[in-house]
Amino acid sequence: MLWYIGRRLLQLIPVFFGATLLIYLMVFAMPGDPIAALFGDRQPSPEIIAQLRAQYNLDKPVIVQYLIWIGGLFRGDFGTTYSGQPVSAVMAQAFPITARLAVLALLFEGVAGIAIGLVAGLRKGKIFDNTALVVSLLLISVPTFVTGFVLQYLFGIKWGIISTTVSGAAPWGELIVPAIVLASVSFANILRLTRASVAENMGADFVRTATAKGLKRGRVIRVHILRNSLIPVVTYLGTDLGALMVGAIVTEGIFNIHGVGGTVYQAVIKGEGPTVVAFVAVMVIIFMLANLLVDLLYAVLDPRIRYAK
Amino acid sequence: MKESTNVNIDPNAQEIPLLQVRDLQITFKTVNGEVNAVRGVSFDLYQGENLAIVGESGSGKSTTATAILDLLAENGRVSGGSALFNGKDLTKLSRKEMEHIRGREIGYVPQDPMSNLNPVWNVGFQVKETIEANTELRGKDAKARVIEVLKEAGLSDAGSRLRQYPNQFSGGMRQRVLIGIGMSARPKLLVADEPTSALDVTVQRRILDHLGTLTREHGTSVMFITHDLGLAAERAEKLVVMYKGQVVEYGDSKEILADPKHPYTKRLVAAAPSLASRRIQSAVESKATAGTVGDAVAVARDQAAVPTEAPLISVDNVTKIYDISQGGFKKTQFKAADNVSFKIAKGKTMAIVGESGSGKSTIAKLFLKLEDISSGTMTFDGRDVGSWPKRELLEFRRRVQPVFQDPYGTLDPMRSIGASIAEPLVTHGIGDTASNRKTVAELLEQVSLPASTANRYPNELSGGQRQRIAIARALALKPEVLVLDEAVSALDVLVQAQVLQLLADLQAELDLTYLFITHDLGVVRMVADDVTVMRQGRVVEAASTDEVFENPKEQYTIDLLEAIPGGKFEFGTSA
Repeated sequence: MLWYIGRRLLQLIPVFFGATLLIYLMVFAMPGDPIAALFGDRQPSPEIIAQLRAQYNLDKPVIVQYLIWIGGLFRGDFGTTYSGQPVSAVMAQAFPITARLAVLALLFEGVAGIAIGLVAGLRKGKIFDNTALVVSLLLISVPTFVTGFVLQYLFGIKWGIISTTVSGAAPWGELIVPAIVLASVSFANILRLTRASVAENMGADFVRTATAKGLKRGRVIRVHILRNSLIPVVTYLGTDLGALMVGAIVTEGIFNIHGVGGTVYQAVIKGEGPTVVAFVAVMVIIFMLANLLVDLLYAVLDPRIRYAK
Repeated sequence: MKESTNVNIDPNAQEIPLLQVRDLQITFKTVNGEVNAVRGVSFDLYQGENLAIVGESGSGKSTTATAILDLLAENGRVSGGSALFNGKDLTKLSRKEMEHIRGREIGYVPQDPMSNLNPVWNVGFQVKETIEANTELRGKDAKARVIEVLKEAGLSDAGSRLRQYPNQFSGGMRQRVLIGIGMSARPKLLVADEPTSALDVTVQRRILDHLGTLTREHGTSVMFITHDLGLAAERAEKLVVMYKGQVVEYGDSKEILADPKHPYTKRLVAAAPSLASRRIQSAVESKATAGTVGDAVAVARDQAAVPTEAPLISVDNVTKIYDISQGGFKKTQFKAADNVSFKIAKGKTMAIVGESGSGKSTIAKLFLKLEDISSGTMTFDGRDVGSWPKRELLEFRRRVQPVFQDPYGTLDPMRSIGASIAEPLVTHGIGDTASNRKTVAELLEQVSLPASTANRYPNELSGGQRQRIAIARALALKPEVLVLDEAVSALDVLVQAQVLQLLADLQAELDLTYLFITHDLGVVRMVADDVTVMRQGRVVEAASTDEVFENPKEQYTIDLLEAIPGGKFEFGTSA
């Protein structure tokens, strides 16, 4: 097991370098000069531009720039934005907000999705099940920005329970509604996944045997149906963690949250190479660690899976 | 075992039956309306008695058992009648009351040991939760009981294996765990639904012996559900024969099997393969010899005795080694077949018999050129199979055709029967659409199916019909050899007998040579001229069928023969 974890961590290294190099190249392949973009209509003298280019190493070949950037990374220096702010400071501001949002979203989709999916699966074909299926289908088909605006209007404007936008510090409480919006599609998917899995396991021979052993219905559901049904759900949750970190752009936009999604989006627009690459590098690591966690959880939930190699 | 035979069979005994099933009716809701799966089943089961419900698939035997435990599938319900257990009607109890009876008073041993243990919990946990649900034992005491019941069920190393998961146990071991679970709360009644049908005969025998001892010690009544008449005759004093949801015969098991009254039971008894069965004679052959069956057997024996010229198939010192990956670059070698030799003369049947892991199917795959031989030679019609030229492979495939075990898996569900049978003709570029249609009709006639079957699809047909179609398809190219790998194992006794008869007729008619792979010695007795007994890749014994059955030389063969349920029992002797 330890050997397996070690091997997976080693795999992080080439993926990390590959992903960052690729992003670096793509950012610099984008049209437009980032320095020229800084000044707008009043372009400075060529000497100042040349000086700025040298300051940001833009005068060197891309691969050299990349190596310089990577070198800085290992000294804890994520580089600076073209406006002179350290990238690490931007990250320190954006990541905690997005992390809070993602945790809330994950909690909502995990708890509500599994609970409602379980009940729907147990009552397959009944009213509860059919309602849950219709609602989940609706959530999957409606784009996030529609769900977002509807909830923002209802909670923020009509009923006045929340403020329509999230304040700069983005405390937990203000992020609840945005988290629900962000999680809506995944919630619907998890509900359906759990339901299908529960319905399938209900007919399993070992569940019938568990009942025949004299176990109470509650125990049969908890111990023999739920645990087995969670295996595919856990995989989904794991991959979703990565998607939640990245895919919050729309939700962050609607509620004016200054998280990772918005920051990266702005950086891409402005051609802020160092910022984009630094954020992506962190996200790649989060994604891979989440996947590793899922694989390990998998082995805990299903002892047939053994990572011996 | 003999003592129990005489316990409580007397229906005049004053005591009240433990289980009294009266006019039980069970219906299932389907898309085509309600189906009455069980129609008026009645029987009594007394304390300490063993009763077997026998019938083919779809007879309602398992449905009856699951209804007694209130475990019917969601679309099924008891629509009439009663099942009195200790004075309580099981069909009318609430869920809570049933939870109290299940496990505690009625134990259950399910059919398939592979799917009946939860793969994500360790074995100790699954036994312990049963004990905690049905007794006052907790913690250490419960754990001690877990080890005790598993040891009773025949797992001598139970103590050290509690933390292992079901996938680390063999089928036989899992079945022991399930028996342990069923018996863990010392129930008054144990419902055993085909408890050993998934296991090898020798394992089956050990487990049933153990179950017998265990239930006798605790005075437990056992209700066996089985399709196996031999098992029923050997293990139960009382027999309920079910056919299409109804009881057609009920009473003392030995009496029923020796003298069946109902036409269905008669057919069932006649079709049951056992050591006492005889080689099936084809109708064609019997007519030709125009003598009694005894004469025909004698004739067949004489023919076998005449030394023929070169054998059609000759297998010499064949070994098959598989490399098993141990992770990384480590590999171990596994000998699936080890120095196997035998010969088959044209028009004869060679049965290769053995338990799982014996290498019998490996031999079939090697001869069919689905796998490469590691060493040794196989010749067919004087030519080496291993070095058969690639461009003549099609010719080899035409002359040697397989029929596999699972009639559900070997037919493409998306193709009509006609298309499936004609496929080999198309592949080999024989005939055109019109002539192929005619050939298909002829082939269907050969396997006794109406020509209209060609337009139907596999899901509309029964298992027996599908297996006939698989045979028809194999015959399409007019092969010389059929390799039948467990070709009748998935079929009910009556259907099995029909298919075996069909094979015998075809052999006589078309002078076919059969390589017949099976685990079932009873079937071997009915079809084979010669037998090769295999175990763990090696040939244990090889001789003519009569010799193997009447005068086995090796201990393993003797064990196999003795393990056949009701093996020595003469079915329908007075019929």
